[in-house]
Amino acid sequence: MSDMTETALRTFTPQPALAPPKELKGAVHWARANLFDGGLNTVLTLLSLLLIVSVVPGLVRWGLLDAVWQGDSEACRVEGVGACWSFIGANFRILMVGIYPVEEIWRPVLSFLLLLGVIWLTVSRRVRGIRMVAFWLVLPFIAYWLIGGGYLGLPEVDQSRWGGLMLSLLLAAVGIIVSVPLGILLALGRFSDSPVIKISCVSFIETIRGVPLITILFMASVMLPLFLPEGMDVNNLLRIQIGMILFSSAYMAEVVRGGLQAVPRGQTEAAKALGLPYRHIMFYVVIPQALRHVLPPLIGRCIALFKDTSLVLIVGLLDFLGMLKSSTQDSEWLGFEAESYVFGAFVYWLVCYSMSRYGQHLESAGPKNNH
Amino acid sequence: MHKIKTAMLGLLLCGALPATAGTLADIQQKDELTCGVSEGTPGFSNPDASGRWVGLDVDICRAVSAAVLGDQEKIKFVPLASKQKIVALAAGQVDMTSRTTTWTMKRDTKEGVDFTAIVYYDGQGFMVNKALGLTSAKELDGASVCVTTGTTTELNLADFARANGINIEAVVFEGKKEAFNSYKQGRCDAFTTDMSQLASWRSTLPNSDDHVILKDVISKEPLSPLVRHGDNQWKDAVTWVINGLIEAEEKGVTQANVDQLASSSQDPTIQRMLGVSGDMGGYIGLDQDWLKRAIAAVGNYGEIYDRNLGENTRLKLDRGINSLWSQGGLFYSPPIR
Repeated sequence: MSDMTETALRTFTPQPALAPPKELKGAVHWARANLFDGGLNTVLTLLSLLLIVSVVPGLVRWGLLDAVWQGDSEACRVEGVGACWSFIGANFRILMVGIYPVEEIWRPVLSFLLLLGVIWLTVSRRVRGIRMVAFWLVLPFIAYWLIGGGYLGLPEVDQSRWGGLMLSLLLAAVGIIVSVPLGILLALGRFSDSPVIKISCVSFIETIRGVPLITILFMASVMLPLFLPEGMDVNNLLRIQIGMILFSSAYMAEVVRGGLQAVPRGQTEAAKALGLPYRHIMFYVVIPQALRHVLPPLIGRCIALFKDTSLVLIVGLLDFLGMLKSSTQDSEWLGFEAESYVFGAFVYWLVCYSMSRYGQHLESAGPKNNH
Repeated sequence: MHKIKTAMLGLLLCGALPATAGTLADIQQKDELTCGVSEGTPGFSNPDASGRWVGLDVDICRAVSAAVLGDQEKIKFVPLASKQKIVALAAGQVDMTSRTTTWTMKRDTKEGVDFTAIVYYDGQGFMVNKALGLTSAKELDGASVCVTTGTTTELNLADFARANGINIEAVVFEGKKEAFNSYKQGRCDAFTTDMSQLASWRSTLPNSDDHVILKDVISKEPLSPLVRHGDNQWKDAVTWVINGLIEAEEKGVTQANVDQLASSSQDPTIQRMLGVSGDMGGYIGLDQDWLKRAIAAVGNYGEIYDRNLGENTRLKLDRGINSLWSQGGLFYSPPIR
């Protein structure tokens, strides 16, 4: 084998490839081929350039060059300075954890590190399958216990003191972790042979999907307490969380249904022919295939749920967006809305983009020949 | 929708309320006061950078907590959106709401809540550039005023101009931010909205000292904390804590001197207020030191105002009609006797 190669190399040495003709290489050619090919594209390119030139320098000057990075609010009120990033620095803690007591701050920090740890274990595929699911199911309980306390020696921190990014992540994480299994059950219920289960699942899904999330939040937060008997006090946060889970699970169910329909009938029939019981057919044959089909829209729903948590602002919970807004109302720091919202947009983007990247990674990593 | 809401409130009031013990007893038993506040109103209530709730509305809650429970920190602040502020109270989620709520007849009579005592007389005012040299809104003849369209603010402005026989050109905008920005760029001579908001808008201007807020107030927006309708003992307690803070300012009782006055003052009024003589606390179901504790916690009304809205804050809101009656304002406490 190696002899043959050596002989071949000795007898035939290919010439190095010629460089492309001058007029087909270089930045000028690329620009001509991609930016200025034809009248319409030329006009669009020029318009885009105009837009970039008119916006970007001002933005860079405001956000970076003239920005104030430290100091108090006085330093930001000088004429001619740009963005006041020291505003974010001064309010960083309340943006992250709301009005959580300082001396207990290690608890949300530890919860966050645990979250990062589980994410790392999942992404690096160090734990897989049922163990990974178990990790994710246990995590929210540990986080709730760490942050809320009240058991096993941790002093209780009332939920009225939870806030900031911590609250948004908690609402989203618990929402996703509970609503995915619930959505799968609802989707299976839609295909059930029993008319009672089928009708109740369909009507639940269709009712919830026919109502905007904001209405559900208002119902949960404003109307529900009027119906509950006096003294039966389900706290605001829990009511909101349940509302979000119900909303999200109806949408998850529709996504999963698409996946179930895409699994060929032959799969179920083959499993039946092997004599597998219903639950094994579902959990080992149908659902894994169905979920793989709908991974992109499922990740999409998770991202949407995380962004939807910002709606809780209107029912008085100070989540990340609520805290961003509230910190601009501090009489010491009035008038820095732009900085606040730019920072907020960046953090939301960071979280959503990470989720989306992981979704893409999952799609490409999985077995392709699953049909 | 509205009928349903009223009906539900009615149902709740008839059905559920008599079953509970008094709010005051409940609070003392829980050893915690639940107070509904705004999610963020400069100078009135918002969490500061260190995560502590501050503001005038917040301090009123702290004073009540100190009077009732002996500690201004035994309090749970519940941020309420504007739509929740009355319902949360009627449904028993909070013991009191101290959330920049205007005292109106309809709210007081139809919505299942009671107002206690006024803690801030808000109302529509004007901000102008100092260079114009104006001292009164009545001198705005011929001026252009930036205002938000379709609100009572715009109607009030028109009424004010007609009533005073002056000619004001209203430059209307969809939102407050747009109206304010136009004022900032000099498109109008004046900007009008509620006084408390004028102060926070002004503090965002680069040269905020060049702008003045005129003293004239052309609409009535008395802000008062609320309690649930029908629990008079609790309403009395909140009302008289607020009255006590006002009376303390009039009598010169401050956070700093309250302990000393309690032991040495010969003024019979101060003696009654601070529990040296009489049984004032007993009238509202509390002990003798109720007001002393409230003043020691947050100071008298004047101190609360100065700390949150006054000259030393960024808002620099002149006291104007929020001064004591003896100084030309509207604050007047009935005698503590």
